Amino acid sequence: MGKTIAEKIFESHLRDEPFEGTKVLDLDRVLCHEITTPVAIADLEWRGKDRVFDATKIKAVIDHVTPSKDTKTATQAKMLRDWARRHDLKDFFDVGHNGVCHALFPEKGYIRPGFTVIMGDSHTCTHGAFGAFAAGVGTTDLEVGILKGICAFREPATIRVNLSGTLQPGVYAKDVILYVIGQLGVNGATDRVIEFGGSVVGEMSMEARMTLCNMAIEAGGTSGLCMPDQVTVDYLWEFIQDDYASKEAAVEDYKKWHSDADASYDQVLDFDITSLEPQMTYGYKPDCVKSVGEMAGTAVDQIYIGTCTNGRIEDLRVAAQILKGRRIANTVRGIVSPATPKIYSDAMKEGIIQIFMESGFCVTNPTCGACLGMSNGVLAEGEVCASTSNRNFNGRMGKGGMVHLLSPATAAATAVTGVITDARTL
Amino acid sequence: MKKVFAGATIFLDRSDINTDEIIPAKYLTEVTKEALTPYLLEDLKLDGFDPQGDALKNARVVVSRQNFGCGSSREHAPWVFEVNDIHTIIAEGYARIFRQNMFNGGMLAIELPKADIDTLFELSKLGTVEIAVDVEAQCLAVSAGDQQQSFQFEISGFDKALVKAGGWVEFADDRY
Ligand code: SF4
Repeated sequence: MGKTIAEKIFESHLRDEPFEGTKVLDLDRVLCHEITTPVAIADLEWRGKDRVFDATKIKAVIDHVTPSKDTKTATQAKMLRDWARRHDLKDFFDVGHNGVCHALFPEKGYIRPGFTVIMGDSHTCTHGAFGAFAAGVGTTDLEVGILKGICAFREPATIRVNLSGTLQPGVYAKDVILYVIGQLGVNGATDRVIEFGGSVVGEMSMEARMTLCNMAIEAGGTSGLCMPDQVTVDYLWEFIQDDYASKEAAVEDYKKWHSDADASYDQVLDFDITSLEPQMTYGYKPDCVKSVGEMAGTAVDQIYIGTCTNGRIEDLRVAAQILKGRRIANTVRGIVSPATPKIYSDAMKEGIIQIFMESGFCVTNPTCGACLGMSNGVLAEGEVCASTSNRNFNGRMGKGGMVHLLSPATAAATAVTGVITDARTL
Repeated sequence: MKKVFAGATIFLDRSDINTDEIIPAKYLTEVTKEALTPYLLEDLKLDGFDPQGDALKNARVVVSRQNFGCGSSREHAPWVFEVNDIHTIIAEGYARIFRQNMFNGGMLAIELPKADIDTLFELSKLGTVEIAVDVEAQCLAVSAGDQQQSFQFEISGFDKALVKAGGWVEFADDRY
């Protein structure tokens, strides 16, 4: 019987099985941000165990609220900063260099095929796009991860999602994942990983694969996963070129992180996405999904383009193409937050920032910001936001606010008209 | 703090109660558990539920439906229950991270089949419900009005060990 990629990663990282069904894994990466890590640090200090298992495997960033907006967020940032200095973490990203964790860490080449990755953040599943097992955890798991470099899991079964057909122009990875979540439901993948495959995934960029894997948690999934291939190698090449004689050799080596043809799956779902229309959410759960066409004309107050789901350069390019030569409706506020400094600077070089500004968008520094309703675009009671983020819970972007999740293209078209708009009709 | 797995029970009759409803993100700037105390379930909108009401204040056990604790990985969600002396949650199912966070803190996230959860909700109509959990025997003793009933539940060896040890840090410290 063959194995899935998740099973292979579990097998290769198994430290202990203290009880049947519980696997304690060695970790390759422990990622940290300023919201969930300071509590772990404080607890470690309190226990007299302020140590780190390996300063080279721990990466940290201040990203959720940055630059700090008040004394409390400044204190959180300071706790993370002081800790990073104290333990000599080389890879710590502060104001001026910081960006949204799940965009920044992959961009730095920290995530590799076959890795085990945890972070105190539910969208850690994003990193599975590289063929890694990457799971969001709570503060206690993070704490033990920092101290001992291990984490315990029930070995997850795998749901295989085959995406075949052709993505139509104007339809993107975000539309695909919203559709899949609509089909799976918010707990359809609980305690399981979602492995994405099929020709559509093969043709997707790393950015698009990250968008897919990012939202695995919205169906309850422990991690999203894509098999590493040529696209993965091209993306990582600047970081791995000393390890391999050629790109071909790297692609070949990474095949050890492919699921076997005769691997067994908990569930296999086949979607031909050729006729897929742009998708969006309409309620307070990520599985409340409809086509943008069905929702067209719904009024919004704010547009938010950014986040770990869709704040990457490809996303900004798509939005800018639509905004070019147009102005956003005077009934809406547009906010764009490039997810990392590199994305910001690339967007500047490509003239994208200029397009956003001329269209009437406010361009913010790289940060999570409005995504979780903590800064940079919090909604007032009763307001509606068209957002490229991943979570639409009641109150997510501000008490009493409503969030519609959609693609950067739909967000840009909606900004222009002021009401939900399928970009293909503009 | 010693965990107590028994007491008055509050019933939250909805699936998919998420971590933003349990503790809104704006309170994540707190760096102590205790500071979270007043905000438990502040954003939960549910018929007959009042986050400031006595039913929640007196509760030591929560009973709910499917996919409890979905959403963010914030351990603030289990903590806000912990500091409000609620150390036991009973539901039909949980989001993985929330469930793990409960056990990691030495608390209980007990799973019961839908039929048993339905029965508990039925019992809640008889008046105040008290539930006491015997972790070793994997049994819940429920009293509602003049009725007594008990339920068996499943719990993994690991989760049981975490509850016994007082949490994952203690367990891991001992073993690794
Ligand atoms: S951008 Fe939003 S979803 Fe992503 S890590 Fe930040 S707060 Fe979480």
